[in-house]
Amino acid sequence: MSMKNIENNNETYRPLIVAFCCNWCSYAGADLAGNNRLAYPADVKIIRVPCSCRVNPTFILRAFQRGADGVIICGCHPGDCHYTSGNYYTRRRMSLMFSMLDYLGIERERTRVEWVSAAEGAKFAATMNDFCETVAKLGKNKRLEDLRCKQ
Amino acid sequence: MQAVTREILINKAAELLGNGTVDRVFGWKKGEFSYDVTPALFTTREAMDADFVFGDFCGANFSKYLVAETRKEGKVLVFLKPCDTYSFNQLLTEHRFDREKVYVVGIPCSGMLDTVKIKAVAEGIASVEDNGDRVTVHSLFDGDVTVSRNDMLPDRCKNCKSKKHVAYDELIGEDGEVIDSGRFDEVEKLEKMTPDERFAFWQNELSRCIRCNACRDVCPACTCEKCVFDNPDSGVENKAAANSFEEKMFHIIRAFHVAGRCTDCGECSRVCPQHIPLHLLNRKFIKDINEFYGDYQAGAEVGSRAPLVNYTADDPEPAEAVERSHHDA
Ligand code: SF4
Ligand code: SF4
Repeated sequence: MSMKNIENNNETYRPLIVAFCCNWCSYAGADLAGNNRLAYPADVKIIRVPCSCRVNPTFILRAFQRGADGVIICGCHPGDCHYTSGNYYTRRRMSLMFSMLDYLGIERERTRVEWVSAAEGAKFAATMNDFCETVAKLGKNKRLEDLRCKQ
Repeated sequence: MQAVTREILINKAAELLGNGTVDRVFGWKKGEFSYDVTPALFTTREAMDADFVFGDFCGANFSKYLVAETRKEGKVLVFLKPCDTYSFNQLLTEHRFDREKVYVVGIPCSGMLDTVKIKAVAEGIASVEDNGDRVTVHSLFDGDVTVSRNDMLPDRCKNCKSKKHVAYDELIGEDGEVIDSGRFDEVEKLEKMTPDERFAFWQNELSRCIRCNACRDVCPACTCEKCVFDNPDSGVENKAAANSFEEKMFHIIRAFHVAGRCTDCGECSRVCPQHIPLHLLNRKFIKDINEFYGDYQAGAEVGSRAPLVNYTADDPEPAEAVERSHHDA
């Protein structure tokens, strides 16, 4: 995809992605991606959480408010939660939350949940590359932005 | 027309006060205008004879009042419409009050009238006469206007989910049935729109919010002692929204906090001074929950596990779920 197609015609536009990563899996997966020299965009800002279920839906809104163009939550595969069942709750919560954002007319491609284990460095890098590209195509987050918080 | 009259309720209340079953009675009294009815407490027959009213504007859901009321000594009598009993059960499920301190008399309901719709047909309302299928509005500036009663019902009553009481100690009149009145039709209409249209629709609705917090205060599912919206660190504490982000933030969080516990009583939309259709947010969550995790009606029974504190191993993935909630897709 050519960066020139992006709506604001700003060649230097890079999306800002916030990734909430579970300490026990995806965060280690990100580490593994790094160790294996698998590249993923520097636009991804990782926030480590003890469990994907720690992510309060407000965090997602907050991330958008503070300038994120896309928010992704990564946790252990269902059944593999370090705390047994945290990610099952995440799954329900985020299904409803994302569906609500979509209902309010906010592009559904800006939010995502992916299950990435500590052994899946390659999946982590691929997921982030794909997500960044998707969000870059959408352009800047306009529908959930707070101009007071933008630099 | 309501199937029960003021006299029936007063007699019932006086009987229960007289035989010592209850110490106080929750009822309604006239407010500033005849359509502006206010919840009130009564302890004697004389007081009820003087002030107790009952009619088409007694829509307030009393369940939430019980949280504060049951902290007092003695037992309180409350008249609950079918929809109120769902909130009653939901509050019991959440251990918000002591069941022993309440005596519930279930009363039938044929739908309460919407003051907004009535004000739209005539100005300067003196009184409203209910004649069954039709209502006559006696007004100061437009004289007497007669309209179909059905047209004067608020959305929540048009789409009533149940005429059946799910909690009571005693019933007045016949109990009804759970009914299907297409309460998700409006939500479906929105789902079928394009994201741009939806965004414009909600922008238009939510930007009217003045953050009076009435929707939160009235909601029987919102009974936290300390609410996130009172927290100065939340960024959306008691103040008007500064921009469109804060508007959405408030509304998404408000609806999300009651998701799975909202009984769809419709009180939030009723009290909103800006006439924002808050029920369309709540019903979206209810509809999604029904579609993703199986039918669930909050408050249908005491002790059921709310969908957001529950899971199964084969719940749909978020991406799949969002896709599924689109009927056009
Ligand atoms: S959110 Fe509205 S409809 Fe739902 S329980 Fe609260 S007041 Fe009733
Ligand atoms: S009642 Fe209406 S105006 Fe008041 S805070 Fe709720 S939505 Fe906003």
